[in-house]
Amino acid sequence: MRTLAVLKTALTGNYAVAHAVKLAKPHVIAAYPITPQTTIVEKLSEFVAKGELKASFVNVESEFSALAVVYGAAMAGARAFTATSSHGLFYMYEMLWWAAGSRAPIVMAVATRTLGPPWNIHDEHNDILAIRDSGWAVAMASNVQEVLDLTIQAFKLAESAYIPVAVGLDGFVLSHTVETIELPPQEAVDEFLPPRRPDLPLRLRPGEPITMGNIPSDDRLHAEHLKNIYRASQEAKKLVKSIDAEYGKLVGREYGGMVEGFELEGARYAVVCMGAWCGDAKEAVRSLRREGVPVGLMRIRFVRPFPDEEVAELSGIDKVVVFDRDITPAGGILGREVASVLGRDKVVNVLAGLAGVDFKADEFRKAVKHAVEGEYADRVVLL
Amino acid sequence: MTVRIDLLPKTKYVVPGNSACAGCGMMIGLKVLGMALGEEAVLSIPASCASVVQGLGPKSGVALPILNVPFASAASVATGISEAFRQLGVKGQAVVWAGDGGTADIGFAAVSAAAERNSDVLYIMYDNEAYMNTGIQRSSETPKGAWTTTTPTGKREAKKDVALILLAHGVPYVATANIAYPQDFYRKIKRASEIRGFKFIHLLSPCPPGWLFDPSLTVEVARKAVETGVFILWEYDNGELKLNPPSSALVDKSKRKPLVEYLKLQGRYAHLSEDQIKQMEEEIDRKWRFLLRFAQAARPGA
Amino acid sequence: MVPISRPAPGSGGITGTWRTLRPVVDLKKCIDCGICWLYCPESVIDWEKGQKIKIDYTYCKGCGICAHECPTKAIEMVPEAGL
Repeated sequence: MRTLAVLKTALTGNYAVAHAVKLAKPHVIAAYPITPQTTIVEKLSEFVAKGELKASFVNVESEFSALAVVYGAAMAGARAFTATSSHGLFYMYEMLWWAAGSRAPIVMAVATRTLGPPWNIHDEHNDILAIRDSGWAVAMASNVQEVLDLTIQAFKLAESAYIPVAVGLDGFVLSHTVETIELPPQEAVDEFLPPRRPDLPLRLRPGEPITMGNIPSDDRLHAEHLKNIYRASQEAKKLVKSIDAEYGKLVGREYGGMVEGFELEGARYAVVCMGAWCGDAKEAVRSLRREGVPVGLMRIRFVRPFPDEEVAELSGIDKVVVFDRDITPAGGILGREVASVLGRDKVVNVLAGLAGVDFKADEFRKAVKHAVEGEYADRVVLL
Repeated sequence: MTVRIDLLPKTKYVVPGNSACAGCGMMIGLKVLGMALGEEAVLSIPASCASVVQGLGPKSGVALPILNVPFASAASVATGISEAFRQLGVKGQAVVWAGDGGTADIGFAAVSAAAERNSDVLYIMYDNEAYMNTGIQRSSETPKGAWTTTTPTGKREAKKDVALILLAHGVPYVATANIAYPQDFYRKIKRASEIRGFKFIHLLSPCPPGWLFDPSLTVEVARKAVETGVFILWEYDNGELKLNPPSSALVDKSKRKPLVEYLKLQGRYAHLSEDQIKQMEEEIDRKWRFLLRFAQAARPGA
Repeated sequence: MVPISRPAPGSGGITGTWRTLRPVVDLKKCIDCGICWLYCPESVIDWEKGQKIKIDYTYCKGCGICAHECPTKAIEMVPEAGL
């Protein structure tokens, strides 16, 4: 079969994940269905059944077990993948921390979704943001092409930094939306993603007696391990950039590394956001620019590690409007983190699109205008 | 075909000076696992006594490749290891070495799923009949009437028969074993590891501090469990269930030692009334009748 | 990259200090059966058929299983104090 240089096709976000995973050639996949992730799992199951992907597809009884299976496989030297969403992600919470603490190079797709009660399958970012302390790298794509590219990049990042990587895509908004995209050829991905080393983070083989995880004789050994993970996550920032650049050379598309800057030249105001709705935010920015409002946009790709240096570059900006598609008792998560870099006086934190409520370009426009004109009384604005 | 004691490997898979209690029944079982499968096994060990007996890092008290894993995850992690080995062409047996808590309670869903999938895992539940690692709290494997810190007047509920439950999943091999019969356990491990699929062994492992007996009596307590009929040695292999010696000779009730010979050794039963002991004897009879009927029904051509 | 432990004696310390009774072997009574070796939960009994047994007192926890199971009562548990 002749391989085309590049295949242009139309895929949903979920199918883009499945195709990206197929190109990455994992050995073990285990996932439990949950809306809106299910079609990732179904498509991968189909690829395996048809022999298009040579991997073990393990049917599990819960998300906790899904990550546990993938963890065992990764620690035994296999390339492993899982996918989930909201409640399923929380069901594997304990395992998430254990995986990161074990330096397991796992890739996981998260189709973001609100948390109940009440039950709701629409889009929100609380789920993926809730794992940001676990040690996992956390990133979100903003269109289906990036979903595909980011998933492939995630395998390389995981296997270079020995940090598991969560790739977020907005539930339904991206997971179930068809966009035309380019599929990189298998040869390009093979070159980009060589086979995994079987001896890192450890070599688990019959006849080689080692133990991972027994109680340390000195708590300082454990503390050092935790600090090493922190250091690795800081080092990973460089890897995010270099991997994006390397991939960009291969397929002709790169995204800017940790963040994507848009119309920030000469900007006095900046919008900060993450995920698919950044497309709507960019439209708003364009329209405001046409009116002469000097506003730009910084799209967060990686929220962990956190792009401190990139966000700090906005320190010359007068007002930063951070949009959070999440809500906590401390306001918006991104808002608080950006404020920790730029100072709370600079930041207006707008919480919108909660529980999947649609928030369109003209609403972004209105909110940004209000914010930069100082018309909001509070630092945290609930829309 | 009992293996001769002097032909068993001398390699110390249990390393001297580990953190186990003096007289720990489980360590005898671990020794046997090492003898049978020491060079082929890769262990997943969930939170349990087994996690702690490995001693303090960077030393390990167990000379086997071990991944310590979260409490409820062992059956799933072992499945992942097994599948990875299959895809990578690594020869070996993924083994779970888990306590009754991690198997029958918090890890039960994962165990059931691994069995239902017939994942290639050898799952050994070492049963000390309570959450011993956290200080003797009851589990679903604690026998009726036994004292634990969370059942101070004696557990009211019956012991859950995990081995029979897993047999009902249709897996190729299920067996019970007992640390007083190491050669029987050795043979069962060897047999199980010949089979590709889910294998389960329920290993009775008495616990001196938890069952309240002198540590010198661990093996005797385990032996009395079989001799009084409390614990039945049986083996289910490819559709056929049979009793193993000496349990096979105890089908005749009169050959069993009186129950009190088992109970009187253990402080956890010290409070039992005559009535309660009588009830326990009746339940033992019932358990035997059920198992024997099952054995008959499970015979091919029955 | 991750804390790895390797098999080594004394992972729980010098566990010989735990015991209050120590097993003393009368080799004349020993019939070289290996039962004590088989049951010792600490692997501190060394046995080669034909050479009888030797106990490693650095790590022996004094549980007494060997003495209890020995078919010829060749092992006696003796108080540790005073030795």
